[in-house]
Amino acid sequence: MDRPIRVLVAKPGLDGHDRGAKVIARALRDAGMEVIYTGLRQTPEQIVQAAIQEDVDVVAMSILSGAHNHLFPKVVNLLREEGVDDVLVIGGGVIPEDDIPKLKEAGIEEIFTPGTSTKDVVEYIKRNVKR
Amino acid sequence: MFDKNKLEEIRLEKQNWTKNNVEKTISRFPERKESFKTGSNLEVKRLYTPDDIEDLDYNEKLGFPGQYPFTRGVQPTMYRGRLWTMRQYAGFATAEESNKRYKYLLEQGQTGLSVAFDLPTQIGYDSDHPLSEGEVGKVGVAIDSLKDMEILFDGIPLDKVSTSMTINAPASVLLAMYIAVAEKQGVPKGSLRGTIQNDILKEYIARGTYIFPPKASMRLITNIFEYCSKEVPKWNTISISGYHIREAGATAVQEVAFTLADGIAYVEAAIEAGLDVDDFAPRLSFFFNAHNDLLEEVAKFRAARRLWARIMKERFNAKNEKSMMLKFHTQTAGSTLTAQQPDNNIVRVTIQTLAAVLGGTQSLHTNSRDEALALPTEESVRIALRTQQIVAYESGVTETIDPLAGSYYIESLTNKIEEEAMNYIKKIDELGGAIKAIESGYIQKEIQDAAYNYQMEIESGKRIVVGVNKFQIEEEGHKDILRVDPEVERLQREKLKALKEERDNRLVEDVLMKLKEKANTSENLMPYILDAVKAYATLGEICGVLREVFGEYEQSIIL
Repeated sequence: MDRPIRVLVAKPGLDGHDRGAKVIARALRDAGMEVIYTGLRQTPEQIVQAAIQEDVDVVAMSILSGAHNHLFPKVVNLLREEGVDDVLVIGGGVIPEDDIPKLKEAGIEEIFTPGTSTKDVVEYIKRNVKR
Repeated sequence: MFDKNKLEEIRLEKQNWTKNNVEKTISRFPERKESFKTGSNLEVKRLYTPDDIEDLDYNEKLGFPGQYPFTRGVQPTMYRGRLWTMRQYAGFATAEESNKRYKYLLEQGQTGLSVAFDLPTQIGYDSDHPLSEGEVGKVGVAIDSLKDMEILFDGIPLDKVSTSMTINAPASVLLAMYIAVAEKQGVPKGSLRGTIQNDILKEYIARGTYIFPPKASMRLITNIFEYCSKEVPKWNTISISGYHIREAGATAVQEVAFTLADGIAYVEAAIEAGLDVDDFAPRLSFFFNAHNDLLEEVAKFRAARRLWARIMKERFNAKNEKSMMLKFHTQTAGSTLTAQQPDNNIVRVTIQTLAAVLGGTQSLHTNSRDEALALPTEESVRIALRTQQIVAYESGVTETIDPLAGSYYIESLTNKIEEEAMNYIKKIDELGGAIKAIESGYIQKEIQDAAYNYQMEIESGKRIVVGVNKFQIEEEGHKDILRVDPEVERLQREKLKALKEERDNRLVEDVLMKLKEKANTSENLMPYILDAVKAYATLGEICGVLREVFGEYEQSIIL
């Protein structure tokens, strides 16, 4: 892969905690990726629009409010509706382990829970990016 | 405070000790690290002696509890007179569910209420708003109208309990609802005791539940200061917060600096709105974090008290001693809780509780062991409450005031934190004040840098988190954690539908129109919000009107 990996770091829903998203964004940048951070309060529609506009390889979402079961799959579905099927979608935040299998079934390829190191996220993306 | 000659003797003896004892020991047993730092990366010496606080003037810098500069505490008898309020932040799902939890907590010995609202409520949306999907009742209780509020406090006498409400952008509306509920209970607003967080600046900085732009937000806040000074005089009109700023990654120094800078902005806004400082300042309160480094935290609280007292006296010319008192609530640091080996969190919270109590907090929330994963179960929150009770009744730290005072380290660190915080405040003044500093992204960038640094320290092993990067185990699945029934969203929607059918919609239209009209003037909006709330206009409808008039805050993306 010649050009740098492009990642959209997004905050879907009303959750205002952005420490994790920003730390991840910066770590990805330091690892040579191009990162676009959406800021807070993004609807799934806005996230998908940005992902397409910015022609990203990865969509990385962060939710700490418990709304992940509703919002993460919505983003995946909208991407598919738009004909986008080669973007790696991952998520993180406060997500109970029990919710992870269903999220993966819905197309979120990996979930990163509290205690995750940025190195792991960087490595995961490098190994799994589809484009 | 110390005799010059004795100090010289101590210095000499310290030199001898270092040369003859320490260096010999180090050559055989090196110290564990190259350098030792506080949790916030301030330098920590091997040993502190009177030399480190040689200029400390006791009366000037420490003084006595309940007197300027309040370093040692804001009340003359502190916990000998009354323990801190044990006030657990709680709320989830519906008002009925949360009411049950409040009664449980009161039964278990907590001494004040603290309401957690869900995100739609905090952001002024009803449970049936498109943006509320998936969020209803998840991080707190869903309150759509006065009806929900009545259920929330059912059977809870508002003349006997004080209530803190973590609500910011729509604080005026929730305060109005509280007043209306009290009225129905026959409790006059003059007797109501409690707090609303009402601190929009930290929302812009670190928490994200803003609605309106700064100017309109400050208007609402100063409206509340004015209204309460006359109508609800026992109410703390704001809880100027450092907790969230620290949680976002700030150091202890930054926590003090940015919080007090926000405080300065609020005082300035109120004065500009025509209020006299001594009329509203006694009802300002603060909210700080209790982090891991116990000794640094104690120094931090003491530094904050002394610094605020000086600011109120010297900068704002307050005459009433109450205006200079930094009274504060504390919460143990959520960001230090681990999902790994969750029972370890009980230990962390205990250390943080001691920090808050040795630091002289007026009120305390202790986190539960499972809060890295979810809202607390009943059992977990009971242990968190017991932590406070054990420290209060069994540890002995409450029997005398400010017991760590005079420690060479503590006093030295208190001085250091005060000094460095003051430097930040000067910098923010140069930038034009807190609001300008926020708009330019200065404060957010400082916090982000500190957060990134903290994470890199963990990943390099420089900072140990037990169970996460050292002493790990093969984790078992998470035990029972609290889950909010997604049915709650549907239930709230139905309630809203029923409400809109039952109420006098003509009246609602009228009060909303009146509110809109008044929002376009410079009148105090509280009476009109109160009217709207009593007519059972919903939170979303009221905030919708204000959104129309004030517009919405546009967050600039600072990365």
